[in-house]
Amino acid sequence: MIELRVNGGVHRVDPAVGRSLAETLREDLGLTGTKVACGEGHCGACTVQLDGVPVLSCITLVHTVRAREVTTIEGLRDHPLVESFVRADALQCGFCTPGQIVSAAALVEANPEPSRDEIRHAMAGNLCRCGAYPKIEEAVLTWRG
Amino acid sequence: MARLIRTEKEVEGRYTEQWIVVEEDALERWPEGPLAVVGREAPRTDGLARARGEAVYTADISFPGLLHTAVLRSPHARARVKRLELGAALEAPGVRGAVQPGDVECLTREPGYPGAPVAAIAADSAGLARAALERIEVEWEVLNPLLDPDEAVRRGELTTERRPYARGDLEHGLAEADIVVEAEYRTQTVLHNSMETHQAVCRWQGDTLEVYTSTQFIWGVRNAVAEQLGLPPDRVRVVCEYMGGGFGAKNDPGDYTFLAAELARRTGRPVRCALTRREENLDSGNRNATIQRLRAGARADGTLTALGGEFVASIGASGWLASTAGPMQMLYACENVETLEYGAKLNTAPMAAFRAPGFVEGTFGLECLLDELAAKLDLDPLELRRINYAHADLLDDRAFSSKNLAECYRRAEPHWARREEVRARSAGPWRHGVGLASQIWYGGGGPPSYAWIRVGSDGRATVVTAMQDIGTGSRTAMAQIAAEELGLPLDRVDVVLGDSARGPYASISAGSSTIPSMGPAVRSAAADAGRQILEIAAQRYHLEERVLSLRDGRIVSTDGGSWPLEEVTGLLEEGQILGKGARGPNPAGMRVLTFGVQVAEVAVDVETGEVRVDRIAAIHDVGRVINPLGASSQVEGGIIQGLGHTLSEERLLDPATGGVLTQTLDAYRVPTIADVPEIVTELLDLPDAHLTNLGAKGLGEPPIIPTAAAIANAIRDATGADVRSLPITREEMLRALRQAADRAAARESVGASSA
Ligand code: FES
Ligand code: FES
Repeated sequence: MIELRVNGGVHRVDPAVGRSLAETLREDLGLTGTKVACGEGHCGACTVQLDGVPVLSCITLVHTVRAREVTTIEGLRDHPLVESFVRADALQCGFCTPGQIVSAAALVEANPEPSRDEIRHAMAGNLCRCGAYPKIEEAVLTWRG
Repeated sequence: MARLIRTEKEVEGRYTEQWIVVEEDALERWPEGPLAVVGREAPRTDGLARARGEAVYTADISFPGLLHTAVLRSPHARARVKRLELGAALEAPGVRGAVQPGDVECLTREPGYPGAPVAAIAADSAGLARAALERIEVEWEVLNPLLDPDEAVRRGELTTERRPYARGDLEHGLAEADIVVEAEYRTQTVLHNSMETHQAVCRWQGDTLEVYTSTQFIWGVRNAVAEQLGLPPDRVRVVCEYMGGGFGAKNDPGDYTFLAAELARRTGRPVRCALTRREENLDSGNRNATIQRLRAGARADGTLTALGGEFVASIGASGWLASTAGPMQMLYACENVETLEYGAKLNTAPMAAFRAPGFVEGTFGLECLLDELAAKLDLDPLELRRINYAHADLLDDRAFSSKNLAECYRRAEPHWARREEVRARSAGPWRHGVGLASQIWYGGGGPPSYAWIRVGSDGRATVVTAMQDIGTGSRTAMAQIAAEELGLPLDRVDVVLGDSARGPYASISAGSSTIPSMGPAVRSAAADAGRQILEIAAQRYHLEERVLSLRDGRIVSTDGGSWPLEEVTGLLEEGQILGKGARGPNPAGMRVLTFGVQVAEVAVDVETGEVRVDRIAAIHDVGRVINPLGASSQVEGGIIQGLGHTLSEERLLDPATGGVLTQTLDAYRVPTIADVPEIVTELLDLPDAHLTNLGAKGLGEPPIIPTAAAIANAIRDATGADVRSLPITREEMLRALRQAADRAAARESVGASSA
């Protein structure tokens, strides 16, 4: 049994050795906002924050999380970025979107007024096959409304 | 009145004749330009659900007792299964069932491409299912694969009959020409890589099979599954409320659906069969590679006298032959055209439609050839295209329902005029240039397509139809259309979609057809409800119906009277007003097509071969635009996929074994946010006066079509080099630069010796 701190709450789970944080979040805690699109660390869809730092939950073993606070899209539902993504039309199919927003939230937390280049640098690990990128950039630039 | 007619149906450029029943479609055309809701920017109505991670995709569906599938796939491009023992695997922990060749149609003992499914296991978790796969005992006899498309053509290994086309006399046209160019172009195999992989969850509820699947065609899956399983179609319920991208690869049920259905039947449990990313890149379809051997001839004044091409498409083990020759046959007014297309049958994974299949590849060849011709003629490339403008359809002389390509060219001028300024930026090894390419494609949609609508006593409307929104924003567009017709604000219209049990037949979301197929049906349903509301209002207020209309959520009369809609609908209490609508027929004897032009600005480092795209202006004519915001997103998305196709994406095979080397997203390079150039989108927004009650065509595919050629032509402008092979890697760029340098040196030595 381990204790997992997620979005301000504490959950007791008993994952098998080798279980990823993404699987635990999605399957054991029902937090399916976190998506898995590759499962091997190449796309960013599964991005969550550990103590505010974006990580790829599909290649993070749940047993390595320990006392760190996990923030998923469910914990960021009221973040102004959610609104700005919708306003800017920064999503098409939306499958990459939770990961994009979690990454962007970490970015604007550290750097509230990122330049276009800084956004591109910070977000290059979040693939979007629909190509919503121009509007993602716009959404992050205008996240404060 | 319902009319029975015989009509042409087109999807992705494939025409079939069929009987359909169409309703009268006597609605007045809406005026041009932005209306109250239609033609105005609307953020997606489901944007919040998607952005907050609340939207439930197929990948998120779960049921108690859900089993997970792992599929044994052929590691060989061509092999025979000599022995297959599932016994030990069935004993493995957590395993609940297995299927092998003979159990499900898609499982084979003679795999013809790497990744072909041979057996499958259902277990309590995906991990346990995968672990059990290791316990399957299988002995392969490995056979020599056929991987070379030209060799396949020589041997007559084709997936379909070769496809010839001719008008006029090509040789005659070439003889008439003052200048002839000839070139071989190649395009690579490209993988769709939608972020949600192909998958289905199947669950039997009594004698009904529920299929939750990530699909572009709910009704197509329903019908195909029913047929293969021998069920009445309404015993198959297909659900897809949110969908994580398809791009053409999710038009059919796919093997995973049939595997999940059979394993669910055998185990009595719900079963998920989801492809991993690696499986996705092995066996979920691809844009097939092509070889295009092209010729063009023109008079000195630029008039095209001849266009000819031999096209070899690397279809794979099975698939259909998309029209790579289409642009050559259709784009320009040229009297002498001959094309011949082959679909090579190879030991590679089957192709699938991928965003304008055939036309993306064929436009790259044709539009590069045109620019090579323009260079030889010393003619402005835009001028050359204007000289050869087609005013009627060239395949059978039909009139176009609408064609505003000339207006697209006119709107392209300011972007094209940036040439001098862009070229002048060249400094050091970096050369800058500008190129353009035209676009032609289908996108007219068609019947049958149906929608229902209900208006409640609260004066809110709900559109009900079993269509899908694959990420294109069709849900929002349908709400806009219904809101416009009913004179309601957008936030008073809901759309229920994504479930074959909850709405009438809706057409496929492929071939740029969702808006032009479904939009008119939704408008006609809304108009049906609107008529009834006005009939009731006329009785309630003792007025004539013809003085009443619906606007701003109110019933308005020409004499200045105005009442909230709810005042009338509220009379009904629990009662509802129900409207139904159907898509009318396409205009008889007309060709419905979309057009456009893109202008690309690039920079090339002539020392390293690095290519950077700085700017793309996209001007397209797709009829009326329903949602300019969503439309611009779709244009950007198409161009960005085109950018990947042009510069970085390629499925690589081991040339000896045919094994796929690019199964992961680090090996297969799709564009990232850091790769995106400035994109300028201009849509003409001119309703097609002949196209049903909406005048809107589809936009999903047009934007990806001219991108590669526009970039390649900009590279020629910048460097004088002819790139002829996609993707334009540094090697290809340096090869083209070397060739151009050799050509220049040869010219100089000829010049020197003749001096
Ligand atoms: S799902 Fe984790 S990086 Fe792709
Ligand atoms: S919105 Fe579809 S993958 Fe990003």
